[in-house]
Amino acid sequence: MSQEILRVNDLGVNFYIEDRVIPAVDGVSFSLSKGETLGLVGESGCGKSVTALSIIGLLQTPPAKVVKGEIIFNGENLLDKSEDDMRDIRGKDISMIFQEPMTSLNPVFTIGRQISEVITQHQNVSNREALERTIEMLKRVRIPRPEKVVKQYPHQLSGGMRQRVMIAIALACSPELLIADEPTTALDVTVEAQILDLINELKDEFNSSIIMISHDLAVVSEIADKVAVMYSGRIVEYSDVDSVFNDPKHPYTRGLLGAIPDIDTDKLQRLQEIRGVVPRPDEIKEGCRFKTRCDFVSESCICEEPPFYQVDRNLVRCWNYA
Amino acid sequence: MTAKVLEVQNLKKYFPVKTNLFGRGTEFVKAVDGVDFHINSGEILGLVGESGSGKTTTGRTIIRLLDPTEGEIIFDGQDITNTRKKDLRKTYEQMQLVFQDPFASLNPRKKVGNAIEEVLYVHGMKDRAQRRERVFELFDMVGLRGEEDKYPHEFSGGQRQRVVIARALAVDPKLIICDEPVSALDVSIQAQIINLLMSLKNRLGLSYLFISHDLRVVKYMSDRVAVMYLGKIVEIAPAEELFKNPAHPYSKALLSVVSGAGSGRKKKKIILEGEVPSPVDPPSGCRFRTRCKYATELCSEIEPQTKCLGDEHYVSCHLY
Repeated sequence: MSQEILRVNDLGVNFYIEDRVIPAVDGVSFSLSKGETLGLVGESGCGKSVTALSIIGLLQTPPAKVVKGEIIFNGENLLDKSEDDMRDIRGKDISMIFQEPMTSLNPVFTIGRQISEVITQHQNVSNREALERTIEMLKRVRIPRPEKVVKQYPHQLSGGMRQRVMIAIALACSPELLIADEPTTALDVTVEAQILDLINELKDEFNSSIIMISHDLAVVSEIADKVAVMYSGRIVEYSDVDSVFNDPKHPYTRGLLGAIPDIDTDKLQRLQEIRGVVPRPDEIKEGCRFKTRCDFVSESCICEEPPFYQVDRNLVRCWNYA
Repeated sequence: MTAKVLEVQNLKKYFPVKTNLFGRGTEFVKAVDGVDFHINSGEILGLVGESGSGKTTTGRTIIRLLDPTEGEIIFDGQDITNTRKKDLRKTYEQMQLVFQDPFASLNPRKKVGNAIEEVLYVHGMKDRAQRRERVFELFDMVGLRGEEDKYPHEFSGGQRQRVVIARALAVDPKLIICDEPVSALDVSIQAQIINLLMSLKNRLGLSYLFISHDLRVVKYMSDRVAVMYLGKIVEIAPAEELFKNPAHPYSKALLSVVSGAGSGRKKKKIILEGEVPSPVDPPSGCRFRTRCKYATELCSEIEPQTKCLGDEHYVSCHLY
């Protein structure tokens, strides 16, 4: 179980736009063991997707650039790899499911061609064999009539079906690490349930590790073992799933959980809101990033950035636990 | 209290997808296909369903942005089904709409205060000082005091949605149709807007038709909830009752997949097989039968009638 497959150390990514430097990710560290699922949650602009894209080496450079840290995958630092090496790794060892099933498939190639391309790219198999494997994959992700679907084009499939195809592509070479970036956000709730169910089942089958990125805490709570809550380019709280959801420590995590009405939230009770707006990553230069919206600010929050404190089982970046 | 603000009877909206030589429709998307409900004064009715179920079309047809194919819309005691466009202005003083996307629903070239002044001018407030005062009052109400002279791009998504709400309130409406007002916003901002909508409702005695796909938000906000599937309302009940005892197999499945953060794993989910059929050619009889595990022969032959399960709980299913 505890064989470590991925370790991200002090990752920093800057965006250089015109004359400005925007630190989208600043000092993010976490690790992932084999078969484990990490949930990465946070609001838009907090750096979730940028973290994921730097792991898989798909950050657009420029404007983005990894400025510090290391990403150790199976003992090797991915940031030292050449583009050719990365191309070998992508799809085979690490693969990714994107948010938009509508735009992440190529509209002019058949489904079959897009899945078998991954297989022939990474494995030495004949076209016929690749096709058989493709149909097998489509069956695995529970697409009805796979023999017919391989000849179809993306526009002939519904959103849920397309997301299944994306999952089939991602899992075609049984990767060790799967990054799912908001895989269900664009889908309806009943389809979301189908897809989450499928990801869980496939995780057991392939024993892959998963990084699940989502702004929806409920989705993460269902699928993750560990959770990292991000805010403005930093991880602010990091723990196992039960501790984060049942006993959150950081004021931001608490606020987020209080902001979603639960099924048994009383109507007379006002929703707990986090005041103000999400700051731009370059807006706050010093101190705690959450200080402008936090109800528990003290003097140290204003000028100095808090380190991680261990509180019960949670790692929390907050001066209130100093 | 129980005066009805809005009553909708057998509302239908078909969109032609194929036309013959003479421009007459021969094949239709039956987006809304026979919907009945009412909203009491001071009530929030939630309308839930998946994409393509006809929620938005229902909302837009009620406010007459779309012309209904069939049925009756009675607003505040008046039949507005066939009111001519130019006479609708009177209606719009009482009924307003808040759209989903706050980035697309404001004119980028107009200062937000001026945009709202224009609404007031159109609705007959000709005195400039009076309009100005009303704008200040409205901005104060939605928590944006002193921000009247900014352009939309200077606001964040949540603030823009506040502007849109202020604009809807400008004419002192009785009913606001909220079409996914919070789904484009971040979670922490969502709560701000929900709280704002709730406090405005209590203060001004508004009614809402609250359209959303987010069941948790709907449960929190609504007094009663209607569940739509493929152009029809399959179940309508008080929110508490619906979430405790959903009757229709579709509502049951829909509600079973809603997970509260942290409680998700323990619950048993009903995973629906397959997909929503095409609204061009919906299944005969009950529309949900293709995905329903209780479906019998009867379901494919006869469309179920709406039955009352007591206490304002109505369901359309042969099981009852």
